[in-house]
Amino acid sequence: MEPLTWGAIFFRIFMQLMPVWIALIVVFTLSITFKRKLGLYGKLFDSTIGMIGFGLVMFWVFAGVLGGPLDMIVTHDPLSQISGMKNKPPGTALRSPDEGQYAYFLLGGDNLARDVFSRVIKGAWIVVQIAPLATLFAFMVGITLGLPAGYYGGRLDTLLSFLANLILAFPVILLFYLLVTPEIVLTGIPNYMALFLFVFPLVFATILLNSRYHTQPKMRTPLLIGVVGGLGWLYLSLVSTNGAVVATPTYKIYGLPGFVDLFDIDPGILVVFVSVVFVNSPTVFRIVRGLALDIKTRDYVAAAQTRGEGPWYIMLWEILPNARGPLIVDFCLRIGYTTILLGTLGFFGLGLASESPDWGTTINSGRQLLRAFVHPAVVPAVALLTMVLGLNLLADGLREESLRD
Amino acid sequence: MGLFILRRLGVMILTALCLTFVVFWLTNLYPNLEKLAKTQGNFRMSDEAVESYLGKNGYLQPMPVKFGQWLGVLPGWTFEEDGVVTGKCFAIDTPQEERPSFCGVLQGDWGFSTVFKNEVGGIVAERLGLTGKLMFFVMLLMVPMALLIGVLAGMREGSKLDRSLSTFSIASTATPEYVSGVIFIAVFASSAGWKIFNGSATSAMDDATFANFTLPVVTIALYGMGYIARMTRASMTEVMTAQYIRTARLKGVSFSNIVLKHALRNALIAPFTVIMLQFPWLLNGVVIVETLFNYKGFGWVLVQAAGNNDIELLLAVSVVSVIVVLVTQLISDIGYVYLNPRIRIA
Repeated sequence: MEPLTWGAIFFRIFMQLMPVWIALIVVFTLSITFKRKLGLYGKLFDSTIGMIGFGLVMFWVFAGVLGGPLDMIVTHDPLSQISGMKNKPPGTALRSPDEGQYAYFLLGGDNLARDVFSRVIKGAWIVVQIAPLATLFAFMVGITLGLPAGYYGGRLDTLLSFLANLILAFPVILLFYLLVTPEIVLTGIPNYMALFLFVFPLVFATILLNSRYHTQPKMRTPLLIGVVGGLGWLYLSLVSTNGAVVATPTYKIYGLPGFVDLFDIDPGILVVFVSVVFVNSPTVFRIVRGLALDIKTRDYVAAAQTRGEGPWYIMLWEILPNARGPLIVDFCLRIGYTTILLGTLGFFGLGLASESPDWGTTINSGRQLLRAFVHPAVVPAVALLTMVLGLNLLADGLREESLRD
Repeated sequence: MGLFILRRLGVMILTALCLTFVVFWLTNLYPNLEKLAKTQGNFRMSDEAVESYLGKNGYLQPMPVKFGQWLGVLPGWTFEEDGVVTGKCFAIDTPQEERPSFCGVLQGDWGFSTVFKNEVGGIVAERLGLTGKLMFFVMLLMVPMALLIGVLAGMREGSKLDRSLSTFSIASTATPEYVSGVIFIAVFASSAGWKIFNGSATSAMDDATFANFTLPVVTIALYGMGYIARMTRASMTEVMTAQYIRTARLKGVSFSNIVLKHALRNALIAPFTVIMLQFPWLLNGVVIVETLFNYKGFGWVLVQAAGNNDIELLLAVSVVSVIVVLVTQLISDIGYVYLNPRIRIA
């Protein structure tokens, strides 16, 4: 068969992405119709920049979700190699397509004769899974440590700030090269870090609820048992694999046994996740600390102190809600930054398996032959660029809208 | 001021010590040592052979002792087998009386690289020179461009010029080096695009030309530029709303004079700090770009040392990068105080 022209390629990609377009149209119509009732999210639809950013981000979110677990958009299996398609340009027809097989490689084949288009869509799912979650964990760590540092000040602040600056003074790439290696996975250090870092959401939720409801024990006790029990179960499932929290060749710490373990995480993904959270949390800590230092001088904090509220109530229910504007904006920016970090890890071939379809790894494998075959590296590069750009524009739109009132 | 600098220096040394100890600890974990032994010997070494190699080379001593030896506050290890004495501080053919007992960073001895089979000090100095050349051109391009964009965007907030320049700066901060580098090579140095520049900068190590050095320099500069430009813009818009600017306008001073003579000086205080704090980020960019363009500088050495667990080289690399980060932080703090008369530190 003849290779496709560029027009035909774009048309076919457009058709292939139809579920994404439909989802985007639904989201935008609903949001714009009800934008006055949706608070800050609704105000986003007053700014063009914000809408463009939101559109770009949601495009990749939908592409990731629909193409990843639901398997809708992709044309070929991202790992299967099809003979004769090595490094073929976009729009090349398959030599002998089987019954029901998509007859073209829409964006060409890579150096192992895999479909670039399908790999980019599958790669979006990896990014959409890891980046927001890792950022959320980093925020939990940063908030839980940053609020007391800013509020109490003194020795605690000096110590925590010193530790944060210590991590920040480390060149990120050096840290990745030291932490994200199979040898370090063997020593169990990532598991210990996971144990430490993943406990913060649990601590955060407990303090948050306790500080609010400790005066009403009848309500607090069942609430805390439910929340702590649920989160604790998730936490233990997250940190334990095959019935062990830490398993090295020489010793083993037992965790949740297999039959109550909800899910297992691949050790390669875990180490990537942990190191990204580790690198991000000191910056969040510094931002939260700065905001807490600023807000604790306000009158409503003094009022709460006079009322006799406890320090954690003031931190979590007086200071934190008033710091939400900058934190939401930074959250968007930080997801973008985390995406860049994940790409960096992939670019240096650290952590994720070499056949993984995530964008950084794909760019890395494509760059060897970049001077001859452009498409295997440029397609994921553009994907990463648009996603991070979308997040930045979204953050910019949010900042503008939140400053307006 | 003197006390402030002294205290900062103290914290700096403490930080550097902590960080090098972390690097030391991570590189000296047993699986890493095993990998080192196997790359130095052969990959099918038995566990006993690994053990004996590590023992002979002093790797099996307790961690604090090894760290002290590396620092040069404890005497270097010696190992005696069949009457032949080997040690950290001397080669086998050094005469008995010339053998020093201390050799560490404090004595100026950075150790021996197991990958490059050479003195670490020499390697790092040579590669730093190459990276210095790259950074010089990056700064030359990045700083003036970023300040220009920031000032132009910030002098009339909300204008068309502001909007387009701000979007450009957002786009540039959203493009990490490995993305812009790949796109630049694809467009300017591949068979599919125009072949204006070289896609590899290896030849630029000896002889940098416009063709082989432009792409790496632009790639690093672009990522840092957006951030500095946005900070400059923010500080410029703030200054432009100040009372003294309004007074100058009412006095009838021309707009270009207001921008150049009244606003600019005050608007440049904040970007100065930001430019200084960009150094650690540029280090990241350097590692990516040197890998992508195959320019064998400091970042390339970092990748080689880390990939092969070359302990002493890796330690030297991290000491250098940590010092760069801390010194730039110190300079930015001092500079901020110096430039801004409103801040006084006793």
